[in-house]
Amino acid sequence: MYDFNFHSASSAHDAAAKLAASDDGSVMAGGQTLIPVLKQRLANPSDVISLAGAGLSGITKNGDGVTIGATTTHAAVAGSGDVPAALRSVAEGIGDAQVRNRGTLGGSIANNDPAADYPAALLGLGATITTNQRDIAADDFFTGLFETALNDGEIIKSVTFPNATKAAYAKFPNPASRFAMVGVFVAQAADGVRVAVTGATDCAHRGPKLEAALSANWSASALDGITIPADHLNSDIHGSAEYRANLVIVMAKRAVEAAG
Amino acid sequence: MATVSMTVNGQAVSGEVEGRTLLVQFLRENLNLTGTHVGCDTSQCGACVVHVDGDSMKSCTMLALEAEGADVTTIEGLAKGGEMHPMQKAFQDNHGLQCGFCTPGMVMSAIDLVAKNPNPDEATIREQLEGNICRCTGYHNIVKAVQQAAKGG
Ligand SMILES: Cc1cc2nc3c(=O)[nH]c(=O)nc-3n(C[C@H](O)[C@H](O)[C@H](O)COP(=O)(O)OP(=O)(O)OC[C@H]3O[C@@H](n4cnc5c(N)ncnc54)[C@H](O)[C@@H]3O)c2cc1C
Ligand code: FES
Ligand code: FES
Repeated sequence: MYDFNFHSASSAHDAAAKLAASDDGSVMAGGQTLIPVLKQRLANPSDVISLAGAGLSGITKNGDGVTIGATTTHAAVAGSGDVPAALRSVAEGIGDAQVRNRGTLGGSIANNDPAADYPAALLGLGATITTNQRDIAADDFFTGLFETALNDGEIIKSVTFPNATKAAYAKFPNPASRFAMVGVFVAQAADGVRVAVTGATDCAHRGPKLEAALSANWSASALDGITIPADHLNSDIHGSAEYRANLVIVMAKRAVEAAG
Repeated sequence: MATVSMTVNGQAVSGEVEGRTLLVQFLRENLNLTGTHVGCDTSQCGACVVHVDGDSMKSCTMLALEAEGADVTTIEGLAKGGEMHPMQKAFQDNHGLQCGFCTPGMVMSAIDLVAKNPNPDEATIREQLEGNICRCTGYHNIVKAVQQAAKGG
């Protein structure tokens, strides 16, 4: 790891100011992705600005849904009675206990790993991301491989998840890394049926064919006979594109069954 | 260089570190607390697990400066007055270790797991220890040790 100057931000505003004042700074939340990246020298920031003391952690429930602060850990989400069960299960299934004790919601979605779990939940529930600059709909946020709609210097403050009538997440974890080989989040969300798939392509995305089938008939059998073309799916030592194409349907069915 | 201060095993400590100094380096190299091991240095194996403000964390994936002001417990901080912690005793009783390399991290994770799940079944123990890799034991005796400690030693 190359050396850098370490700073602690006292607020999102302070973090943005410290970023602007640095040559080539990077914010850090739980560091569960950034520290491994720095160790591999895949990034070489001049300054690392910790968000741990920026007051961005916490869970607030109201009648319409739940708002989760960007630096809320996966463990805190998994253990909160204010968080709907489907979202708790997403957090509980991330990595291992020690990763969940440090890794955060904001870090996960800012990073937008193709196999990350939270992006599917944000898309599946139609969440809204609040930054220090604006509100961004989840549908517009995840733009490509490790790419998001965030501008340079933009800091995620919280994510608001609207209530859903029914929702569940089914994940086939990679047995070694526990990231999603394929994960599917299904919901009868505020604006209709939503299906979001992670692990299969360069980043999480919605599944219009699956949404249409489940809108007509909310049952696992509604997905019988639907095939996903393998053309653009991820293919690696863990599973071929064809294998992942099949997993999308299998996981979608499991998710619908779990949602009830 | 910057100064970092924290409490480690009940004692106030401080030292000079770089931005990039990992918590595990600070513990092992500045404080000579070499019970915390580095197995992989890639956040996978859990040999480096310590408690930070009561939660188990991988000290190879945390900067020393992130622990500023924190209360850190390492494997050296468990025994009291020459008596092993009940989890350490349970690992000994159940032959929950062979080479012992993974053991400090295993014990630290296991203590956190029992604190959060006072009556863990076997599946819970195995799931909650997913972040700790052991290349010797095959895990069975580790699971038995955690069950014994959870039942009160
Ligand atoms: C062993 C292991 C297993 C894992 N398994 C899984 C898994 O199964 N599923 C899964 O989804 N993830 C998994 N992860 C990743 C984990 O969830 C990380 O915690 C997460 O991806 C990043 O969160 P963080 O808080 O650690 O972010 P950091 O590492 O601190 O930051 C990651 C990136 O996000 C940026 N960032 C952080 N916070 C903000 C913010 N508020 N605003 C703007 N940018 C921000 C940083 O600048 C950096 O570029 C695993 C990680 C490890 C080490
Ligand atoms: S040394 Fe920290 S997880 Fe392996
Ligand atoms: S006892 Fe040897 S690695 Fe676990």
